[in-house]
Amino acid sequence: MIQIQTPLTLDVIHSLHAGDHVLLSGTIYTARDAAHLRMMECIQRGTELPIPLKGQIIYYAGPTPTRPGQIVGSIGPTTSVRMDNATPALLERGLSGMIGKGSRGENVKQAMQRYPSVYFAAIGGAAALMARCVTSLEVIAWDDLGPESIKKLVVQELPLIVAVDSEGNDAFQIGQSKYLETLMV
Amino acid sequence: MKLRVVQASEIIPIVSELCIKANEQLPEDLCETMRMAIENETYPPAKEILDVLRENARIAALEHVPACQDTGMTVVYAEVGQNVHIEGNFEEAVQEGIRQGYVNGYLRKSVVRDPFDRVNTGDNTPGILHVRLVPGDKIRLTVAPKGAGSENMSRMTMLTPAQGLEGAFQFVMETVRKAGANPCPPMILGIGIGGNFETAPLLAKTALLDPLNVRNPDPFYADLELEWLNQINATGIGPQGLGGKTTCLSVHIRAMATHIACLPVAVSVGCHVNRHSSVEV
Repeated sequence: MIQIQTPLTLDVIHSLHAGDHVLLSGTIYTARDAAHLRMMECIQRGTELPIPLKGQIIYYAGPTPTRPGQIVGSIGPTTSVRMDNATPALLERGLSGMIGKGSRGENVKQAMQRYPSVYFAAIGGAAALMARCVTSLEVIAWDDLGPESIKKLVVQELPLIVAVDSEGNDAFQIGQSKYLETLMV
Repeated sequence: MKLRVVQASEIIPIVSELCIKANEQLPEDLCETMRMAIENETYPPAKEILDVLRENARIAALEHVPACQDTGMTVVYAEVGQNVHIEGNFEEAVQEGIRQGYVNGYLRKSVVRDPFDRVNTGDNTPGILHVRLVPGDKIRLTVAPKGAGSENMSRMTMLTPAQGLEGAFQFVMETVRKAGANPCPPMILGIGIGGNFETAPLLAKTALLDPLNVRNPDPFYADLELEWLNQINATGIGPQGLGGKTTCLSVHIRAMATHIACLPVAVSVGCHVNRHSSVEV
């Protein structure tokens, strides 16, 4: 299993290939629909974004509320394609990775090759299990958005699959073709 | 005729409990179907993912935490016996039950008050209530939290009668292909055929409550459920869309009478945590 850490370096980004299983450790930031809309407003207005982008990873996720004495509630990925319109502008500003579920549009895949970056798939709906990898959570922006606020997470060995690599290879297409090939034999 | 009196306030803690239970404990038949799917999966990477999903369900039930972070918009089905007299405001009691369940159960609040201003209501209300009058003096309550990853992939169409069975099949397959990796496959499909514009989607969604190991009582539709399941599982989409045999765990069709000019078809896509919990009051 490949171990990787944030911030992602160019070397690491280029070394990852669609279909690789990785364990991610370090700081990541949650942002989903509403936070992406606000980040786009920041970019349009020319104001500063609430999170650093260079080498960083955004996790499309909104966890359940944290119970007393716990670090985080259940947390898994939301559908990434809803963030597709906003993603190229973030990649252009240095974002190096995204974590979500489901395929990405051509616009995102092209931007990911222009600005080398990686799209990781987390297993959708495995939220009780993946919560165990979160070692700290802090709301750092837009608390009014509730589950959609931007949260800084520290994760330890979060299991992910490289879904789209920096060359535009797509693990969904590759995996489905590989499975169908096994039926031909 | 003697009426049985039920206080609306009695409903509140029951709905609250159902919200929490549905989110933490996946139905037995779903766990069993998943177990069988793991046995039958031929593609090792897919098997690995299914194992993770099974382990997730086990942890959620054991530790009393939500299986998925998207604890859904809450759909409540109430089958109210016609010999029951409810004292107080039933709909308000259901909403209060949802509020208490989501707040006290640390479930995610995923509802915004308006489709455009999108301010979170903070307590997951309003939920969606479907009431049906049935014989008897009991109330059967079912809470089915529905996440948006799968809900967003659901579709409805008004076919022409001439498009027939083939048209319906093509629409189902198109829905599955468009959904792809998005709805957290392996999915469960509820398919509503017939009725009119508003009933077909409701039939489809209600079909997601059917026991997974029981087929449609009409042999024609029972065969169709299995045939379509096989066709869907031949797409290769697989668990999480990463390839494999297990794209869909079960297909449930509900059909009803329709107009001479109509052939409504609705597909309600459920994810691998197809949650629901029921109780009889």
